Amino acid sequence: METAVRVVNLVKKFGNFVANDNLNFEVSKGEVFGFLGANGAGKTTAIKILCGLSKPTSGTVQVAGFDAYHQSEKIKQNIGYMSQKFSLYDDLTIKENIRFYGGIYGLSSKFIKQKTDEYITQLQLEQYQKRFVKDLPLGIKQKLAFSVANIHNPSIIFLDEPTSGVDPITRRQFWDLIYAEAHKGKTIFVSTHYMDEAEYCDRITIMVDGKIAALGTPNNLKRDYKANNISEIFLLLARGIKSENH
Amino acid sequence: MRTIFFLLQKEFIQIFRNKMMLPIIFVMPIIQLLILSYTATFEIKNADIAFVDLSQSRSSRELIAKFKGSPFFTIKGNAFSIKQYDKSMLNGDIDIIIKIPNDFESSLLNGRSTFVQLISDAVNGSAANLMTAYALQILFDFNRNIITETYGKDLMSSQIKILPRYWFNPELNYKTYMVPGILVLLVSLIGAFLSGMNVVREKEIGTIEQLNVTPIKKYQFIIGKLFPFWVIAMVDLIFGLILAKLVFAIPILGSVALILGVAAIYMILVLAFGLFISTITDTQQQAMFIAWFFFVIFIIMSGLFTPVEGMPKWAQIINIINPIAYFIDFMRLVMLKGADFVDVQMQILKITVYAITMLGLSIIRYRKNA
Repeated sequence: METAVRVVNLVKKFGNFVANDNLNFEVSKGEVFGFLGANGAGKTTAIKILCGLSKPTSGTVQVAGFDAYHQSEKIKQNIGYMSQKFSLYDDLTIKENIRFYGGIYGLSSKFIKQKTDEYITQLQLEQYQKRFVKDLPLGIKQKLAFSVANIHNPSIIFLDEPTSGVDPITRRQFWDLIYAEAHKGKTIFVSTHYMDEAEYCDRITIMVDGKIAALGTPNNLKRDYKANNISEIFLLLARGIKSENH
Repeated sequence: MRTIFFLLQKEFIQIFRNKMMLPIIFVMPIIQLLILSYTATFEIKNADIAFVDLSQSRSSRELIAKFKGSPFFTIKGNAFSIKQYDKSMLNGDIDIIIKIPNDFESSLLNGRSTFVQLISDAVNGSAANLMTAYALQILFDFNRNIITETYGKDLMSSQIKILPRYWFNPELNYKTYMVPGILVLLVSLIGAFLSGMNVVREKEIGTIEQLNVTPIKKYQFIIGKLFPFWVIAMVDLIFGLILAKLVFAIPILGSVALILGVAAIYMILVLAFGLFISTITDTQQQAMFIAWFFFVIFIIMSGLFTPVEGMPKWAQIINIINPIAYFIDFMRLVMLKGADFVDVQMQILKITVYAITMLGLSIIRYRKNA
């Protein structure tokens, strides 16, 4: 199987603080890869490195076949990114946001128009068309942000806690969107701290204090740790490492 | 090119959709120009003067009458002791006191010289200088009249006559001097603050990260950010020049094209300065404070209010990095003296080199990856 993301011995330090401590993993093309961990476990740091927003301290990082040290601009052409911070412009309308991001990805006006219509229909935004993004409900904003991050048809999509603060129904709908893209053969790299969402992933890693504490399919992990759900495993690992330290 | 177009389109939509933006860009500078141009004056009119007339004679009354007739002084009192004015001087109700001795008239009549004491409130040194100079002028005229009366001819004027001519501003109209400078100040503030705050705002709301994961090029981003404010600052400047001409009748002796051409380069410098501040700060509040830190120094040292030549050597060296000083100098030369390109080529060169340096620095500092 083709590899979309390859990370070998990734270390990221901020001064003395080690945010990512020797990470190793690979993500295959078309996989939905879950990146789990408590707040501050180092998920966002790792995702930023994968997206070319930050440089690793050491280790090998390849995304879509490009090297994160020297080819970060090439990586950027091939990925979509949706951060936990809301990334659309509040003071622009839905259409203006789509046009802007489509425009800076170099898409043709005709294509942007077509995509705009598609998103508006798909996300049922007809009634919101004329409104500024700041007036949209959070769930709709997040779905729109996902679509916009996807406008240039990237092969890998990075989602950094895309569903935080969103109600369960919208979260479910959001995952439908993620699956729809995965079915088209796209690789999805998603971080979350909702353990139930982990069950939706093909494979997951659980990060604790900058290290990868577990890696595998949800079913295999549950079997290995003799747990009923991912949440149990997560608590076990998080506490385990905490007590080791103290 | 297309990427820049989309960036510009977005910026202009955002700028003009922001309800505070239009007043900030157009109303505020106009109000400031109008208010400051009338108030930032070096002239002193109606200085409050008081007399201690111990002579109580025809001559002393004549002298006081001379002051009464002057537009520069308002007579606030006449007493027998300086002590009586202690409190008024302290409160600033009286700016200057003239003490006429009791032997004033008798000395004059007998052809002896006499002393008149002049006391001024020198808390504001330059104001005290001016008031004293005005008062001396009146005393000098009075003195001359007495000599003419006594000796039948004007002995004082027979020696050296001084005929001052004030070039470039013959009527010593302070507005002619101040308006071009104030105008420079206002467009500099608009340019630096708006460009600086704009980029930091994208950091604050988090959209900069989204832009940074796109394949957008640094130069595209920077042009997209600077160009809208460049246009706004230039429009402001043109507007201000028209106002200066129509409202204050400021002469524009030099070429308007030269002014606008150099202003175009100068605005890049100011905008790059704002952009540079935005690359070293994370919030609009920080950007605001850092910008103020620099601009308060730049404004006070720009030569707008006090001549640069009078500053200590080290201050003049600091002024090498003062963009406002360069441009005020240039504007006054061109507007008031009618300097042409050759006359101001050094100023133009300095502004250009500085603009390129600042732009370069901010491009280097702006990183697409933190």
